[in-house]
Amino acid sequence: MSGPGRIMKKEIKELLTPATIVPIIIMAVLFASLGGAFNGVREQLENKPEFGLAVDDAGTFGILARESFNSTSNIIYNATSLQDGLQALQDGKCGQALVYIPGNYTANLMNNKTGWVDVYWMKKGTGLTASVQTALVQASITSMGKAVSTYMIVYGVTTNSSLILSPIQTYSTTYLNDKVMPGITPDQVDTVFTSSSLIVPLIVMLVVIMAGSMVINSMGSEKENKTLETLLTMPVKRTWIVFGKLAGATVVGLIVAGIYMIGMGYYLSSLMAGSTIDLAKYGLTLGMGDYVVIGVSLFLALLCGLALCMILGIFTKNFKAAQTMVLPVTMLAIIPMLISMFSDFNSLPLFLQIAVFAIPFSHPMFAFNNIMMGNYMIVFAGIAYMAVFALAAMFIAVYLFRKDILLTGRVRSAERKKGFSLINLPGWKK
Amino acid sequence: MFAVEVKGLVKDYGQFHAVKGISFDVKEGEVFGLIGPNGAGKTTTLRVLSTLLEISGGKVSIFGLDLKEQAGEVRKVISYLPEDAGAYRNMTGREYLDFMAGFFAPEKDPKKLLERGLEIVRLGERIDDKIETYSKGMARRLLVGRALMVEPKLAILDEITSGLDVVNAQAIRKVVRDRTKEGTTVLLSSHNMLEVELMCDRIALINDGVIVESGTPKELKERYKATNIEEVFVEVVK
Repeated sequence: MSGPGRIMKKEIKELLTPATIVPIIIMAVLFASLGGAFNGVREQLENKPEFGLAVDDAGTFGILARESFNSTSNIIYNATSLQDGLQALQDGKCGQALVYIPGNYTANLMNNKTGWVDVYWMKKGTGLTASVQTALVQASITSMGKAVSTYMIVYGVTTNSSLILSPIQTYSTTYLNDKVMPGITPDQVDTVFTSSSLIVPLIVMLVVIMAGSMVINSMGSEKENKTLETLLTMPVKRTWIVFGKLAGATVVGLIVAGIYMIGMGYYLSSLMAGSTIDLAKYGLTLGMGDYVVIGVSLFLALLCGLALCMILGIFTKNFKAAQTMVLPVTMLAIIPMLISMFSDFNSLPLFLQIAVFAIPFSHPMFAFNNIMMGNYMIVFAGIAYMAVFALAAMFIAVYLFRKDILLTGRVRSAERKKGFSLINLPGWKK
Repeated sequence: MFAVEVKGLVKDYGQFHAVKGISFDVKEGEVFGLIGPNGAGKTTTLRVLSTLLEISGGKVSIFGLDLKEQAGEVRKVISYLPEDAGAYRNMTGREYLDFMAGFFAPEKDPKKLLERGLEIVRLGERIDDKIETYSKGMARRLLVGRALMVEPKLAILDEITSGLDVVNAQAIRKVVRDRTKEGTTVLLSSHNMLEVELMCDRIALINDGVIVESGTPKELKERYKATNIEEVFVEVVK
């Protein structure tokens, strides 16, 4: 084999190891799952929106509105009075919205006045998926407005050009849990939610990756610089060595989280300076206790990440191998962060809910929205899960710290060593 | 009481038998050398005795302490210097000694340990420089100082002068010899036969995980009619 060929073969053999391949396969599987979730959003865009319709107007434009909605949407509930429609909305028969055409709708349009359409939104989720559903209903209303414009032009209902261009207006009322927010659209709520909840997932992701890398690199460095053996023979319990390393990385992780939080807090407050709605006015705000819960969730997620990295660090052979070992943890931190941008926990399909729940870092990422939406149960379940996960991971780390594998990396390394011994070479006389 | 008593020690790595039931003992205050070819099981034996590796079979006691059952207590009386040990490169020599001395508190005064360490390493003003700037000889002296400053009852030294020039090697051997005069028992391994002959009271030759010969350097030379230990070594492992 030629010189470059020999070098290439050596490089491939050195780089293409299970340690590099396995994380890539895991990453590919996770991305495939994520693709499935995104595909769900795309399918929603292709489907007709589903909502309830209450038409209290028997006039021309009332009939036109019903026809327009029937052609562009899937009307899952029909009513003639607002009271019936709202009851159906509360009962979950209207999906996420009830569009109400009031009794004076046709009369207003015929008298050169704007036709008001009331939309009652039942907000159950946040994120991109929920926004898509809202946008589809709004598109149906826009389409109905165009049908009104066309009718006005064809039948010469009016010569008022501005009315023809914009014959209808909507007034939104959003229901969120037991809160009623008149004049607020779900989009406006989403804007505030997304902006506020973005900061936690980002910080969790950055801190887990950074602090986790520190732990794995520290183990890789200890092994490469041959300082670990000396440390292990010191008169100190292995448990304390593990806890000492974890505590050091946790402190640094929390300092980093604090710095990021301050920076991103300023960044987001600048972005939100133009926001017109204040959710606190409707009782949608976090109390001190809620912030403590989010803080506990963040701390436990960090601890889970560090303990997991400590286990991975035990298997690392040197600093170079440590870089590869960080990859699975990085992916586990990035994936829930991406999911949290698109959807909230409750809107996810069951298999993704299970997968997301199993990733400990995901819990503080969804904690803000879950608390705002009143889903405390899932938040506390996540905290309990993370506590168990962190304890189990630390127990495993301490157990492995007492085993030969900490120094040998794997059993086969000793067998390889045998192969390099002169006394094992053929022809060696004993 | 023996400083070290090894009876039928076995160490397996999966299917590979690195140490196959060796037995030897080290008397208090003596320098005992473990020599053998590469892969013979020397370092594995020293790592087991240092509580780094688990015992697969047999029994080891150090100053009467059972290695398997009382590993924590054993660590208080031993000091291990691995062959290719390193130190934390971002620390200065003084910081490193101070950091290591802290592990022995409150039984031993860390300040006194540090003072003794500084005395052993004799790095002058360079003790306050980062370890990453040290030469190999300086780093090794620092590590020997770290191992001996705690006045261990048993010092386990693996290839103490490996890769060092003659001057540095001689200086380190002197440090170890001085320490034994103060009561430390030394168990060492080395490829340097001259070093072994100069330093050891007794020697055990290990080959393929088995002790094949042992005795004082004088006894071994007479037994094999050799002029030095190197000749004994070659004759035994042949």
